[in-house]
Amino acid sequence: MNKVTNNKAWWLVLPVFILVAFSALIPLMTVVNYSVQDIFGPNNAYFVGTDWFREVLRDDRLQDSLIRQFVFSGAVLLIQIPLGIGVALMMPTSGKKASLCLILLAIPLLIPWNVVGTIWQIFGRGDIGLFGWGLNELGMDYNYTASTADAWATVLLMDVWHWTPLVALLCYSGLRAIPEAFYQAAEIDRASKWAVFRYIQLPRLKSVLVIAVLLRFMDSFMIYTEPFVLTGGGPGSSTTFLSQTLTTMAIGQFDIGRAAAFSLIYFLIVLLVSWLFFTAITHLDKQK
Amino acid sequence: MIAWMSWTLPVAIFFAVIAAILLVMTVYEVISPCTERKGFLPIATTRGDRLFIGLLMAAYIHLLFLGLSELSLWIALAISVVWLAILLRWG
Repeated sequence: MNKVTNNKAWWLVLPVFILVAFSALIPLMTVVNYSVQDIFGPNNAYFVGTDWFREVLRDDRLQDSLIRQFVFSGAVLLIQIPLGIGVALMMPTSGKKASLCLILLAIPLLIPWNVVGTIWQIFGRGDIGLFGWGLNELGMDYNYTASTADAWATVLLMDVWHWTPLVALLCYSGLRAIPEAFYQAAEIDRASKWAVFRYIQLPRLKSVLVIAVLLRFMDSFMIYTEPFVLTGGGPGSSTTFLSQTLTTMAIGQFDIGRAAAFSLIYFLIVLLVSWLFFTAITHLDKQK
Repeated sequence: MIAWMSWTLPVAIFFAVIAAILLVMTVYEVISPCTERKGFLPIATTRGDRLFIGLLMAAYIHLLFLGLSELSLWIALAISVVWLAILLRWG
């Protein structure tokens, strides 16, 4: 029997293609276009070639905020992924308790970013905030508006509070997808809890962990609202991450060309890191 | 057309080249579909993967030239093109 090949179905993809062109491709092209010009206003732009890129790459302020950004994203992944797996493992597997846990876990995810920032800003205050006041009463000199270490700790804690539930929920769904037979086999073999985790649960969680790591990396790498509301990037510029530096440049100083060059570099970094993560993890699968 | 949204010629050329590469690769793929294989890269790749890796590395090569040296970008471009060819052939 001859198989009929009909490629006309490809035309059905056209609307999506047009939509993506307008929502992603053309804006990206515009950014590329702006990055090679010095723009003072409509009809007042000068072609400057790659000068902006050269300047941006050698800007100390940007290099510093890039390093901060990598440290922050690294810390976020190191804390949230193990913690999320741990929470998911400890959650009840079925019944009313499970539903209750799921709802409780999901609450932080439903809160808008700037509200999270405001909540923690008040929570961390020494005079009226429970957290800040409590720490001060315990004799710790905690002040997130004055100390770099305290500001970092608070921003990290806030992100952990806000986003660990996402990792936990993803892992929870991954854990529930493991067939009971695996556990029965492990029990017959008298496998220890650690062995069950290491050889059954962790390998089976790999695909959800890929998604969790990618989502958490990209989100934390692009973080803006929460630290902006909480610390405003301070004290000094110690919690000013890339997005905030970029926004200050593009909107505060109206340096469109420089900001465009910077966002392209930003984009390339996110693209490279995400691709590396994705390739590393999908190819680990294939080798087995 | 080019004056609209203050498009500039170099950017237009840049995107035209990218579009042309994609078009040529599509036609090439239709004429002779490629299979995944392993070259000198640590992972098995298709032709499209190698193109993506090559273009991404080309971008980084240009940024390295801009950030660390005063050399002409034409040198970076030449290196990128040669590297892309090597990658597509043996990668």
